[in-house]
Amino acid sequence: MSDPSCLFNLLKTLYTLRNIVQPFWFNYYFYVILQTTNYTEFFDLNQITNRISQTGQSTINAVTAIGYASILIWDSLLLLFMGKRVNQPVRFGLIVDEIINAGVKAVPVVALMSATIGVMLSIQGIHTLSIFGAETQVTFGLAISIPREFAPLITGILVAGRSGSQLTSRVGSMQLNGEIDALTVMGIAPARYVVAPSLIGLLVSLPVLVVIGNLAAFSAAGLYIHATLGIGPDAYWADVLDVVTIDDFLHGIMKSFIFAILLAMIAISLGMRVYGGAEVLGKSTTQSVVTCIAAIIAADTVFALLL
Amino acid sequence: MSPQPPIIVENLQGGYNGIPVIHGCDMEIAQGEIVVIMGGSGSGKSTFLKHLIGLKEPMQGDVKLFGQSLYQASVYKRMDLLKGIGVAFQSGALMSSMTIAENVALPLREHTDLDEELIQVITRMKLDFVNLLGKDDLLPSELSGGMLKRAAVARAIALDPKLTFMDEPSAGLDPVIAAALDDLIIQLKESLGMSVVVVTHELESAFKIADRIVVLDRGYIIFSGTPDEIKKSDNTRIQNLINRVPEEDEFDAELYAQRLMGQ
Repeated sequence: MSDPSCLFNLLKTLYTLRNIVQPFWFNYYFYVILQTTNYTEFFDLNQITNRISQTGQSTINAVTAIGYASILIWDSLLLLFMGKRVNQPVRFGLIVDEIINAGVKAVPVVALMSATIGVMLSIQGIHTLSIFGAETQVTFGLAISIPREFAPLITGILVAGRSGSQLTSRVGSMQLNGEIDALTVMGIAPARYVVAPSLIGLLVSLPVLVVIGNLAAFSAAGLYIHATLGIGPDAYWADVLDVVTIDDFLHGIMKSFIFAILLAMIAISLGMRVYGGAEVLGKSTTQSVVTCIAAIIAADTVFALLL
Repeated sequence: MSPQPPIIVENLQGGYNGIPVIHGCDMEIAQGEIVVIMGGSGSGKSTFLKHLIGLKEPMQGDVKLFGQSLYQASVYKRMDLLKGIGVAFQSGALMSSMTIAENVALPLREHTDLDEELIQVITRMKLDFVNLLGKDDLLPSELSGGMLKRAAVARAIALDPKLTFMDEPSAGLDPVIAAALDDLIIQLKESLGMSVVVVTHELESAFKIADRIVVLDRGYIIFSGTPDEIKKSDNTRIQNLINRVPEEDEFDAELYAQRLMGQ
């Protein structure tokens, strides 16, 4: 401790800790100490300007990220319809692969989770309605909430967890490995080889999964209601079909298209922007799942408000 | 055949974040010529190559492939132009989810209407050319470094391009395999009439294969000539490069102390 720079380093560490450990005398104490030394740079006005420029920088980053993702999706949609004209046709085989990956393989988990949600909703519904002695009306609650909200939302979140992370890590490791550059140099636009098939795969898969989710949720709820209230399947399905309008159903399907676009946009653009190494890839994958789910829930709310 | 040079670089200036790394470079490569681009670390070789193969917009100047501007063209036109060249990347950059044969067949499948059988035949032909026949069904992760580079060459020449770029083909390989790769490059030129641009800092290999050597130093092309000419050059930096003499900056004690203090 005889070395003055060593002492100074200790002070510096403590000073950085001041936000965590903050007795009232702390700042004053350090102010005095640092005044008596020559190290006044820590009270630089630059701190304030740095804060401001950091805010500006993160705003610019966010706008850049959204812009980049939009261009990516726009390009891939353009190539889907006009790819032949610019010698960049989107291959059908790749789309089928993606549908299997994002859709077919997600059927079990989507069906199971939707069924669970269906049962959960009927338990809650019966419990709540029993206060008014109106348990038998539970079907109406289900018929309104499942096709409009629960089926698309649970499907969206599950697919975000499966395909969102998969897409980001796949595209990200392609980027790290130089495969994206290699594709470009081979004259194969990444937008049509990597982005478009995934986007179309999700756009096809999600609505179908939502339909499956609807069926699973209503079936499971029907079984539970049959078991607890003794309402037979015929009466139950008649009630459901009576209340569910085609509008409610389409509302859910429409949402799933938007979820698919959001998912592809976020997951792929985060993957494309991976640089450096494995750590960034890991962070991006986590960020992708979190952002996808947040975006889906936010979009769901906006949709509910507007329509 | 027209004497149209496969690539012309005009007054190319490029860099990162607005800071130029490449300054006003001019270069022209003739059909059937092997040009080696040499330079020390940080001389701008990799950046220069990125500009040549359409991965990076230059800040100024242009690159013309087969007489057509690469960077003034629209994105998809540029992609079309790029189909005419082959690039073997330093790390291979093979699609890690595909087998070697699928990797070589990828450009054929994407850019031609050939039927599957013919694609298979051409793929085997290219793999045979780089002595990888029999390894078709392996994934890139199952190959050794030398095999990866050769597989990358096979993919680069899949469409019989007139111009092939190779980034550090012999870096990190043992001398025997490196020599085999050199022979392969010469064979590409002699049997297929290809122009090859090789970026390397392996002197021996450069002198063996090059028709012409281009030396990049701090972003400037400081020399362009045959291997014999470069040996006779009286430029000290070139002599340092080819005689493996370390750069000697004047030692400044005060600057050194400041660097160590992190200032």
